[in-house]
Amino acid sequence: MAQIFHPSTNTISRVTIFGGLILLIVVVTGLATINESPYITEVGVARTQPVPFSHKHHVGDDGIDCRYCHTSVEESSFAGIPPTKTCMNCHTQIWPDSPMLEPVRESFRTGKSIQWTRVHNLPGFVYFNHSIHVHKGIGCATCHGRVDRMPLMWRENTLYMDWCLDCHRAPERFVRPREYVFSMEYQAPADQLALGQKLVKQYRIQKLTSCSTCHR
Amino acid sequence: MASKPSDPGGDTLPLLEPGHTFGSITDKISSIVLTGRTPLFWYITFGVGFILVLVLLFCITALVAVGVGLFGVMIPVAWGFAIVNFVWWIGIGHAGTLISAILLLLRQKWRQSINRFAEAMTLFAVACAGIFPLIHLGRPWFFYWLFPYPSTMGVQPQFRSPLVWDVFAVSTYFTVSLLFWFLGLIPDLATLRDRATRRMPRFIYGMLAMGWRGSAIHWHRYEMAYLLLAGLATPLVVSVHTVVSFDFAVALVPGWHSTIFPPYFVAGAIYSGFAMVLTIAIPLRRLYGLEDFITLRHLKNMAIVMLATGMIVAYGYLMETFMAWYSGDLFEKYMMMNRMFGPYGWMYWILILFNILIPQALWIRRLQTKPWVLFLIAIAVNIGMWLERYVIVVVSLHRDFMPSAWGMYSGTVFDYGVLVGTIGLFVALLFLFIRLLPMISIFEMRELVHEEEGRSQ
Amino acid sequence: MSNGMDPAGLLGIAQQSAGGREYWRSLEELAGTEAFKDLIGNHLPRHAAAFTSAMDRREFLTLMGASLALAGISGCLSPAPAPPDEKIVPYVNQPEALVPGKPLYFATAIPVEGYGRGVLVESHMGRPTKVEGNPQHPASLGATDAVTQASVLELYDPDRSRVITNAGRVATWDAFFSALNVELESQRVTQGAGLRILTETVTSPTLAAQLQEILRIFPKAKWHQFDGGGGDYAHQGARMAFGQPFETLYRLEEADVIVSLDADFLLRSPASLRYAREFINRRRIPGGSDEANRLYMIESTFSLTGSNADHRLAIAPSAIPQLARTLAARVGVQISAEQPAISPAQEKWLGALVKDLQAHRGRSAIMPGEYQPAIVHALAHAMNDALGNIGKTVFYTDPVAVNPTNHAESFRELVRDLEENAAQVLIILGGNPAYTAPAELDFAGHLVTSNFNVHLSLYEDETSAVCHWHIPQAHYLESWSDVRAYDGTVTIMQPLIAPLYGGRTAHEILAAVAGQAERASYEIVHDYWRGQNKAKNFDAAWRTALHDGFIAGSALSPRNVKAKPATSFETSEPKRASTGAATKNPPSLEVIYRPDPSIIDGRFANNGWLQELPKPLTKLTWDNAVLMSPATATRLGLTYRVGGTGGEHGTIYADVVELEYDGRRTRGPAWIVAGHADDCVTIHLGYGRRRAGRVGTNLGFNANILRTLDTLWHGASIAVRKTGAQYALACTQFHHLMEGRDLVRAGTIEQYRKNPKFLIERESEKEAPGTLYPGYKYDGYAWGMSIDVNACIGCNACVAACHAENNGPVVGKQEVLRGREMHWIRIDRYHRGEPSNPETYHQPVPCMQCENAPCELVCPVGATTHSQDGLNDMVYNRCVGTRYCSNNCPYKVRRFNFFLYSDFKTESLKPLRNPDVTVRSRGVMEKCTYCVQRINQAKIAAEKEDRVVRDGEIEPACQQACPTRAIIFGNINDPQSRVTQLKTQPLSYGLLTELNTRPRTTYQAKLRNPNPEIENG
Repeated sequence: MAQIFHPSTNTISRVTIFGGLILLIVVVTGLATINESPYITEVGVARTQPVPFSHKHHVGDDGIDCRYCHTSVEESSFAGIPPTKTCMNCHTQIWPDSPMLEPVRESFRTGKSIQWTRVHNLPGFVYFNHSIHVHKGIGCATCHGRVDRMPLMWRENTLYMDWCLDCHRAPERFVRPREYVFSMEYQAPADQLALGQKLVKQYRIQKLTSCSTCHR
Repeated sequence: MASKPSDPGGDTLPLLEPGHTFGSITDKISSIVLTGRTPLFWYITFGVGFILVLVLLFCITALVAVGVGLFGVMIPVAWGFAIVNFVWWIGIGHAGTLISAILLLLRQKWRQSINRFAEAMTLFAVACAGIFPLIHLGRPWFFYWLFPYPSTMGVQPQFRSPLVWDVFAVSTYFTVSLLFWFLGLIPDLATLRDRATRRMPRFIYGMLAMGWRGSAIHWHRYEMAYLLLAGLATPLVVSVHTVVSFDFAVALVPGWHSTIFPPYFVAGAIYSGFAMVLTIAIPLRRLYGLEDFITLRHLKNMAIVMLATGMIVAYGYLMETFMAWYSGDLFEKYMMMNRMFGPYGWMYWILILFNILIPQALWIRRLQTKPWVLFLIAIAVNIGMWLERYVIVVVSLHRDFMPSAWGMYSGTVFDYGVLVGTIGLFVALLFLFIRLLPMISIFEMRELVHEEEGRSQ
Repeated sequence: MSNGMDPAGLLGIAQQSAGGREYWRSLEELAGTEAFKDLIGNHLPRHAAAFTSAMDRREFLTLMGASLALAGISGCLSPAPAPPDEKIVPYVNQPEALVPGKPLYFATAIPVEGYGRGVLVESHMGRPTKVEGNPQHPASLGATDAVTQASVLELYDPDRSRVITNAGRVATWDAFFSALNVELESQRVTQGAGLRILTETVTSPTLAAQLQEILRIFPKAKWHQFDGGGGDYAHQGARMAFGQPFETLYRLEEADVIVSLDADFLLRSPASLRYAREFINRRRIPGGSDEANRLYMIESTFSLTGSNADHRLAIAPSAIPQLARTLAARVGVQISAEQPAISPAQEKWLGALVKDLQAHRGRSAIMPGEYQPAIVHALAHAMNDALGNIGKTVFYTDPVAVNPTNHAESFRELVRDLEENAAQVLIILGGNPAYTAPAELDFAGHLVTSNFNVHLSLYEDETSAVCHWHIPQAHYLESWSDVRAYDGTVTIMQPLIAPLYGGRTAHEILAAVAGQAERASYEIVHDYWRGQNKAKNFDAAWRTALHDGFIAGSALSPRNVKAKPATSFETSEPKRASTGAATKNPPSLEVIYRPDPSIIDGRFANNGWLQELPKPLTKLTWDNAVLMSPATATRLGLTYRVGGTGGEHGTIYADVVELEYDGRRTRGPAWIVAGHADDCVTIHLGYGRRRAGRVGTNLGFNANILRTLDTLWHGASIAVRKTGAQYALACTQFHHLMEGRDLVRAGTIEQYRKNPKFLIERESEKEAPGTLYPGYKYDGYAWGMSIDVNACIGCNACVAACHAENNGPVVGKQEVLRGREMHWIRIDRYHRGEPSNPETYHQPVPCMQCENAPCELVCPVGATTHSQDGLNDMVYNRCVGTRYCSNNCPYKVRRFNFFLYSDFKTESLKPLRNPDVTVRSRGVMEKCTYCVQRINQAKIAAEKEDRVVRDGEIEPACQQACPTRAIIFGNINDPQSRVTQLKTQPLSYGLLTELNTRPRTTYQAKLRNPNPEIENG
């Protein structure tokens, strides 16, 4: 009777066996890459805002301190988004009638809040506290990046848990002197580790990796 | 002669009814798959099984959509039917590999006509078992957190937990059993390929046969691989249920926290496994007229294995009771009293009856060769072993340390739905296997012909 | 023996084995075990019911829909960052005081049945989320009760009425005002002869002034009072004894011997929180003296106070006045009426009691019960006088309530006026008379005669349904008002939030009646006090009052009083209706009506937290029952059956009885209560509501059907019939036997004096905990807790507080029946001694935060792990729900979300949630965390000030709420901290330490202070 299989079948089957393995590896690594890519993490993705507010201009050019707008960053878990009033403090004099700022003026007139798009967003079960990080010498830029170079705000880091743990497991690698916390230009010295260890002692920084540090 | 030492009764029941040739065996077995008309009972049984599978699917959907609360579980009894069924199925899944691997290493010829479907049964049982740990999770969609993988959370499973050990033990066991079974099938798949007349079957069997030509080199490698896998599978037979027993032994619940669990669980597993093999083999040999291949000798041997493991289980029960008394531990003692005379006492006594008393009938030689008697005993043992797990899981939990937290548990329709559902799945899979693959190893039977001839001379 | 077993035979055995001082769980149990085992042994777990009971099809579908719809919402469900389109909405003008992310606290007071309790309310970004006690306030001392804790849920209750309605149709405030004016015009002519105002007990000075004003405008108008929860016997009693309706205050810290004549002063009193604190302060053995006060309780039902008494005498309600008379005679009150002989047992008991009292003249207190007839109050005053307690432990002030009246009379009069068509305009301020009033009056029926009536209330309830107008009331957290505490201290109540549903206050309604509809509560209250305060610095004083939460020095000063000779009143019999003549068959019993421990007179019926709170002693939820003594149950052939699902921790099937009084009937499940007086039954009010809301409607049965004005609290000869039907009650702890395990260690102060360590000298505690591993070193904090079983009165405040603080869900009766309630801290109750008069122990059980936590070992995903402070963390978002941890927890304190219990749907409940605690989603385990959110906040605050957390800086919700300070939390690494001190006390012991779990939560053993003459005689 006729042959069912052409001799090539041997090759084909061999290929499929190894091909399958390779395919598996490719798919897995592919998924992992996507999961770490900006597509998911939004790292470096500038978000459109109702008002095209430029940190680059306000921080970089004007040199306004972070705390002028993010008032509660030193006392509360929440850094605080400035009320419209804060904007109007200046913009009643500067650019009082620039069309770009109309939403701000409207908000001030009508008393309706401006709805900013959230850039740094943690899951509901993560309890992050700005004030203690600032107090312990973690600079704004350490997490938020060079805000003074961001025309529109984007996320500098993944905010994934392993990213948090990088620092919580080895704070000496990131901590800086308190006086530089709000500085954008601060450059970590060459002997960061030495400095870090010193500061860790000085600021009584603990390596908090208990679950309840962030999750409750 | 190889079969002699393996014959405890020293009697002369044959492993293969005389008068069979290579040809006749091949015809008989492969005809079930290829030429023979599919009998009515196959359609009926498979149909029933299939309907139950639908029930299973409904229950699982509901559980995932609504919540594990559809089960009867509560505080303090947070594990219910699901875990009972899991342990029960895993136990049943022990016979196959034991028969194929351990008996192979022990050169027990009588394994040869039953190992094939015993292995299949193992696979299907483990498949059924595998469902439960999954659906009894509160959030099944996160089951993969039990596997170690590089996660963005920077955390790993907690390797001190027996549940993590379970994951590895069961999945390994399933994989090895699958390989073992498939490897054993290859020569027969080739036979079917060659005997198949229509194109499609020839193609499929051909693919599965992986180009088996039966050359000496093939046979050489085959034997080698088969032996190695057997060696690999043997420790697994013991390890899997040992690990499963750790789920309980590691906890400090009175009635769980016991060092005797591993041996006693393994024995129980083999016990229930053989019971299930008998439950399947006895009807099948009759329905498909395979009495020549699965002879009384096989039934007898399996009966004896059951009797032996059954006695070990009995010893386990005895020891639990003794230790409860001997330890003088308040909680242990109360647990034992509660097990026997508490709200669920009736279950305990039924399981003693089914697992210990009834099987004692197997001491009687005449009964060892009475298929229907064996069938009934096997059924009793299956039920008894399920009850045993119920008593261990539920009855231990429902009254532990704090009387203020004691409570009663009972299954809901979903608990029962999933139980019968998995039984349906098991039956359905088994019958598909019977219909599509040789349920008895053709080539190994051929070997037997040779030996039986030698034996009869 | 069938399920319906007869306790008769058992009781016999019970009496014998009771000698053995065994802890027992129920008569069956005590009765030995054979019969009992038989009882549940016979009972095969029932499966048929499972589907229907777990959830019928509709429920199933809704749940399925819900959970699918909500699949994404919950925090726990999504491990990935939340969807990118989330908005941040800042203020336009940010309030000065407000720091985003930080709570603010405001002082106000909660009025319960007219009397105020000072509270501090936590507000997150303008949303009140939690109510705490006000430490400076005399009636709170920083503590709260369960009702106060749950009141914040009432604020956000989606079922509160939202609109003004006229005859069921939506109307406007103006429409109402004009309609009202028309009526008032016609009333002006007759000087308001047809105008009636019905209020509950009023202590608000402003409201009083407004009422006076209205009575000035309408001289012939009448002001009636009816309070579902009060009969005002106390004031009548004072009238009898002193000629004036004085308020009676006690200083329990000064009292060595306390005799309570049915006074449940630990739970049911405007001063209960203070009395509880003072009472326990005299019993705090660890660290304190080894002297304690002694409480004698004479009562019929088994009250919470009774369960804390050193000696209890359970007698029928009708016998109490007589016994009071006898007692009075013994302590030297002039009693002319001859004394009937009393039983030898009682004789002995009384004898010892009298001796004790005589030995403590001036250092004892006789406390009459709120619900006892006036004569008992009068006699009590006479006794206190005779014992020289007045001015030492007992004080009298002018009444706190404005114009104290006999509510029964006042209400009867109103109904008469309605009958005679004399009351044309009726204004009902709060309350729910159509439900709470005795059915015999048919108040609702008579309302129709009036041509204009309006009801102001939080809910559109039974009364609203029959009134022409209904006006939504502003919740106390939405209102400007004022209220007096038990001692007269005034609190200016300030709103935490603008009325959610446009509610109005009583002030605004009365203003409208007085013709000033436009005046807002703030003006009214503010102006009233400006009027009171002539000083220039009013604004400063006003601000101080608001800030402190009370007006300093506003407490009423004690009056020195002169008691009339008892002979002048002691013969006057309390009015008792003898309607419904006594019958033998069916046996007729006396009946006792009491407000429900959780929902009072039904005003909190729609509050899920309170409904699900296991009632003290009975541990019932979601239902009321006919409580009776074992012997009585035997006589009536009543029993119960343990359910197959949930069972001892869930379902109990109780026999349903039919109650008949004066021709009116109702039915309810019978519940056997050890220690209840024989031949009488107790029924809790507040159930059988028909228009309470989605939670409270049609729960339990309505006892007001049986009540009459003459028998508001005690009735004679009520007929009780067994119906043969059975009813499933949800009981969270049926098993009250310790099975010989020393979970609660108890003894007497006598033993303690002999050997302070007598309770903890056990083998298992002498040997060191065996382990091969080196212990973890806690160089920072090590949090621990000590719970004083001796101080716990079992009031449930901690349970409610925990639920409120930690966003606890309500699971509903069906789930409680299955044993799935979600309380993180539970109060275990155990009995020992004779079933007729047992000793009772309350033991709060939160997570023990074990050093060697069995739960941590078995979790496959590390969702529960040990923190650096030794906390046993529970990570909801990591939990996959194997429930292995719960199985391995010997204390069974873990709770599991079997379904999506948290309500993610109801908008109005979202602002209620504590933003610092994750709202748990379906399929995750949860448990007590020692309020880790508070720990973290305190730690961060301390770190920012570069200091360590001070002792007492962190108070978990349970400790904060506890009236008796039974729970102490702190750092056990600090040898100076209070908790460490307590843990070194000789009475300190751990629960199930033989398992080497090394619990961080430990207990102080219970010490009773019995009178040797009674104990050993």
